[in-house]
Amino acid sequence: MKEFRYVITDPEGVHARPAGELVKAAKQWEASVKITSAGKTADAKKIFGLMGLGIRQGDEIVVTVEGADEEQAAAALEEFLKQAL
Amino acid sequence: MRVYQGKSVFGGIAIGKIHVYRKGEQKVTRSRIADVEAELARFWKARDTAIEQLKGLYAKAVKEVGESGAAIFEIHQIMLTDDDFLESIENMIRTQQVNAEYAVAVTGDNFSGMFAAMEDEYMRGRAADVKDISERLLTILIGDDSGQTAMEEPVILVAEDLAPSETVQLDKEKILSFVTLHGSVNSHTAILARTMAIPALVGTQLPVGLFGKESEAFEERVGKEGIGKKGTDRDTGCQLNGMLAVVDGNQGLIYVDPDEQTLKEMRRKQEQERERKELLQTLKGKESATKDGQPMLLYANIGNSRDLAMVLQNDAEGIGLFRSEFLYLGKESYPTEEEQFRVYKKVAETMAGKRVIIRTLDIGADKQADYFHLNAEENPAMGLRGIRICLTRPDVFRTQLRALFRASAYGKIAIMYPMITSVREVRQIRELVESVKKELDCEHICYGQVEQGIMIETPAAAIISDLLAKEVDFFSIGTNDLTQYLLAIDRQNEALDSFYDPFHPALLRMIYQTVQNAHKAGIWCGICGELGAETKLTKLFLAMGIDELSVSPGAILPLRRMIRDTDAAMEKTEQLKQWLGEDSVGI
Repeated sequence: MKEFRYVITDPEGVHARPAGELVKAAKQWEASVKITSAGKTADAKKIFGLMGLGIRQGDEIVVTVEGADEEQAAAALEEFLKQAL
Repeated sequence: MRVYQGKSVFGGIAIGKIHVYRKGEQKVTRSRIADVEAELARFWKARDTAIEQLKGLYAKAVKEVGESGAAIFEIHQIMLTDDDFLESIENMIRTQQVNAEYAVAVTGDNFSGMFAAMEDEYMRGRAADVKDISERLLTILIGDDSGQTAMEEPVILVAEDLAPSETVQLDKEKILSFVTLHGSVNSHTAILARTMAIPALVGTQLPVGLFGKESEAFEERVGKEGIGKKGTDRDTGCQLNGMLAVVDGNQGLIYVDPDEQTLKEMRRKQEQERERKELLQTLKGKESATKDGQPMLLYANIGNSRDLAMVLQNDAEGIGLFRSEFLYLGKESYPTEEEQFRVYKKVAETMAGKRVIIRTLDIGADKQADYFHLNAEENPAMGLRGIRICLTRPDVFRTQLRALFRASAYGKIAIMYPMITSVREVRQIRELVESVKKELDCEHICYGQVEQGIMIETPAAAIISDLLAKEVDFFSIGTNDLTQYLLAIDRQNEALDSFYDPFHPALLRMIYQTVQNAHKAGIWCGICGELGAETKLTKLFLAMGIDELSVSPGAILPLRRMIRDTDAAMEKTEQLKQWLGEDSVGI
């Protein structure tokens, strides 16, 4: 299991468009990707749950990746977050 | 005539007939099905069809409104692959043996309900997206695609609400304006309206009865006929359809069945706007310089980050005065550093490398927020205000400075200090700024190069402008206050009108001395007061060598035209003589 933390810098937070992109990015991997924010956890491969977290700028999220390709997936997703959010 | 108030999402005037848009909202009945697998197959087929449709809509929207406006249709596709959403529908069909339509409708309601209950306004707006995808599935499942009646002439489209897919399917050539009962200024309809640059209102207080529902809410009428009574004389959709109306996107109003006078007035405004647009076409992207090549920077004054659209539309070369007061006023407590940072950053990023001059907090006893607890003053114009508050409350000032410096990493931010009267004040500010910078260094927070300037709005500052020029990077002359302090005339006092000369030579000479002192010290000097927009004085300002005029966005293009038509060198002597007095050339 891989886990990392990330603080959202996008002023809009995780709104629809980046949530959609994050789902696309997460779906590329076999590993499960969970996102926890303010005590609530959602599956990063499901857009409604992800948007339901209501993540805003400045919020810290914990990304938990678990599965065969978790190493690469975690690295790729961290990179994605830095670029997009 | 009846007038209804809404929230404007895009300015401008539209005059035309109303077309009431009715949703093909699907009536869904619950029925028991015998063959679960067949029903599931029906659902999946509908789902795939929906995704195909969305791909088509995406391509269409990219052409019409660009990629960012079209992104919503990509998001809808992702929503239609959401496992939670799909499983909920599947489960209902399987366990309750209900028809796919019913399962979709119930699931759609549940998910949109989740968004509607969220704290964040933006997220609440997403409830409409969920409804939109469920409606799409339902339309496919029911096979009813009766759609909308085609519009023959361009119309003002009045709707209860418009889903993104509905707006994109509309024939844009036939729409003069959108007016919706619901919807937020962040809704996709609002975004599309802004992209299409047509006047649009959301959250309009039209009578709900319009759409065939009975409701006592939203029933408010204003206008010349007075405020109407609840439930009487209610407009219905049938009555409204085809009626002449005027949408004033600048005021956020729709006039239904306007009277002659209103119509005439609005036609005149529309004409003005058309002229402004033509001006924009010919002057946009052109340099603001005289025939003989003397440049003049034309910047915009703004009081709110919402004004940014106007700034860009009018092709401002930068922001010359960003009044930061709005961050403080109408609040319960001081805005946090983070709150301020976000706003400054947004403005800096939106202006993409163009200069953004942010004036630090300028409030006083006459214009304050309660939490400041400022004492009432006999004479607030000359009281504890502007920089005087900042220097007596350094903690408040430091918060703003930190936010400003942090934001400077994202664009070209300049800071301007109001109500300066002495060199000592400027040095005090400098000390504070240095300590804030040191603090940021310690925290490894980066910031950019920040120009720091002062407002010249007191006679004292103007008279010692030679000394002040050595301390700062630029001057911006605040003519409103400078005029009242210099002439000892309160401009709000009508009884003094006959004594008030807005072009008083004392004022104009003072401006000239200030700009000369600035140039001697090698710094630039602009004007950010109302006088800057006065086209009668543009040639004089060029003659004086003013470097920048910061005006309300709408005044930029007329000024640019004026400047481009001027030969500054040729007119210099004449201008100075005319305005400053006979022997003024040597001043």
